[in-house]
Amino acid sequence: MAILVNKQTRVLTQGITGATGQFHTRACKEYGTKMIAGVTPGKGGTSFEGIPIFDTVERAVKETGANASVIYVPPPFAADAILEAADADIPLIICITEGVPVRDMVKVKRFLTGRRSQLLGPNCPGTITPGECKIGIMPGHIHRPGEIGVVSRSGTLTYEAVDQLTRLGMGQSTCVGIGGDPVHGIEFVDVLKMFNNDAGTKAVVLIGEIGGSAEEEAAQWIKANMKKPVVGFIAGQTAPPGKRMGHAGAIISGGKGTAKEKIEAMTAAGIRMASSPATIGRTMQEALAKS
Amino acid sequence: MNIHEFQAKEILKRFGVAVPRGIVASTPEGAKAAATELGGAVCVVKAQIHAGGRGKGGGVKVVKSPDEAAAKAAAMLGHNLVTHQTGPEGRQVRRVLVEQGLGIARELYLAMVLDRAQSRVSVICSSEGGVEIEEVADRHPEKILKESIDPVVGLAAFQCRRLAFALGIPAELIGKMTGVMQGLYRAFEECDASLAEINPLIITTDGQIMALDAKMNFDSNAFFRQKNIVALRDLDEEDPREVEASQYDLSYISLDGNIACMVNGAGLAMATMDIIKHYGGEPANFLDVGGGANKEKVAQAFKILLVDSRVRGVLINIFGGIMRCDVLAQGVVDAARELSVSVPLVVRMQGTNVDIGKKILADSGLAIIPAETMAEAAEKIVAAVRN
Repeated sequence: MAILVNKQTRVLTQGITGATGQFHTRACKEYGTKMIAGVTPGKGGTSFEGIPIFDTVERAVKETGANASVIYVPPPFAADAILEAADADIPLIICITEGVPVRDMVKVKRFLTGRRSQLLGPNCPGTITPGECKIGIMPGHIHRPGEIGVVSRSGTLTYEAVDQLTRLGMGQSTCVGIGGDPVHGIEFVDVLKMFNNDAGTKAVVLIGEIGGSAEEEAAQWIKANMKKPVVGFIAGQTAPPGKRMGHAGAIISGGKGTAKEKIEAMTAAGIRMASSPATIGRTMQEALAKS
Repeated sequence: MNIHEFQAKEILKRFGVAVPRGIVASTPEGAKAAATELGGAVCVVKAQIHAGGRGKGGGVKVVKSPDEAAAKAAAMLGHNLVTHQTGPEGRQVRRVLVEQGLGIARELYLAMVLDRAQSRVSVICSSEGGVEIEEVADRHPEKILKESIDPVVGLAAFQCRRLAFALGIPAELIGKMTGVMQGLYRAFEECDASLAEINPLIITTDGQIMALDAKMNFDSNAFFRQKNIVALRDLDEEDPREVEASQYDLSYISLDGNIACMVNGAGLAMATMDIIKHYGGEPANFLDVGGGANKEKVAQAFKILLVDSRVRGVLINIFGGIMRCDVLAQGVVDAARELSVSVPLVVRMQGTNVDIGKKILADSGLAIIPAETMAEAAEKIVAAVRN
């Protein structure tokens, strides 16, 4: 069991002919993901390493039955790519692209209201169910199949956490990167609900960072609903206010969105917080021993 | 990206929001000429820096003659203005805005902000103008009014009326107030702003509504379609190292400590700063070299880190997904040689070709301290800097 993606997931790459799209489509295919179609407007009828390319998402879905799309198109065109995938009713849309304007994302979110598509990202590493399906840019080899769910706003910090879990013998059910932008699709709470209902997930690692209030909302939800142990970490405890720390969404503004507030809210919700980024794995070990 | 008050006011004017008549000057003589041209009994001289709290810091002065305008401008220009947002060293004033004085009947607050939880823009207003909104939020949260804006519809007139009536705006000014609110929203939208704030928004004794101050920040992700906004960037207001880093597509932020760090990925970069602190050290910076960093980028990042004379040690923490450790290691070795790095250097790498990478570091003959884990890396650099 897992959430979001599994062996049956059939993946379409939007922006398959760009350097990034090619590189990661190849890596995901090598991992064993069913990469079954690509879309690049104007390149329909050609193929990339045996994967057929179409001019439109609608056509690609009709011909191949793709049920997930991963987007690598450049920022000025990324929002339009999401809209196209949503219009084709693709259930899971994963936007890797970093640098999408906030104004575009506000419109995209409005467009998605009431539709069947779920959006993951943008500015995210994607999602992986180890041993079954990898969609995105994470290094597949550090993951192992298992029972720990991982959800995070970060990319490489998630790899760090996953690596610690794997080295300590704890595999992962599914790892989900929700992305570092202020306006994005799937939220912490959405993923937590899925993990809570997933028989294959025994415990969850939640990695947040400064900016916004998504961690506080997640903490509230966990306190009221979560049946499984949760381990947390918040990056940016030493970040100065008013500065954007790499991620567009990682900013303490008007004194709000600090790591301290988030850690307090999460601790109060019964989440076991790792005191350092190097002890996320060990903290999970302790949580499992107590549960 | 931030801009100056006078630039924000130019933008607001274009979107139909009235602002006081004003002239920018960079010399006392210019300020005098500006005051003369504006006429009237009273003018205001306002220091133009990218920081709030200018009034309390002495950067806003009411003057009664052109000579006084020159004198006040002379006291500001070329000097550092310290406010609660500038830090103790302050910010050098290079320009002043000289504006006509106005009879103020009421001071209000009006802003457009991104509401992250709603994924929408919100208009926020308050009857408590001229005070920082955070302060109002703390003391009188009930005085902050808010409307969420549907991106398809835009800011509807009925929403503006609802806010305006709640603020106690007289009936004959409701139409004008609606125009100001919708103008500010259009400015926010069309310029890809991330904040547009008028504080205070004033009602004058003769029934005009005007932006007495204005602040705008912009979404750098939209710069590809906002050439006019990018042209307003004032590099004098930014940390020179941050500017240089941005030219190489590196995300760098200067901090107060003495341990420099170079990391791939924003989350891991923040976590690396945190772990340095956890082990008793102080990070000198945030630096994200990005996922696909190459040798040149690593070398450039190195140079930026080492320009900081306070740096007593460097920690490199790379978790390679896309990035190959052998490429990184070669970049580090080349840059360390070229720059003859004299401070301790701890390198922690994980990922593709990590063994080749480690060998390159070990064979380099340089005094590079290797580390297996993040914790080990942090401990080692903190210890090395202490000794």
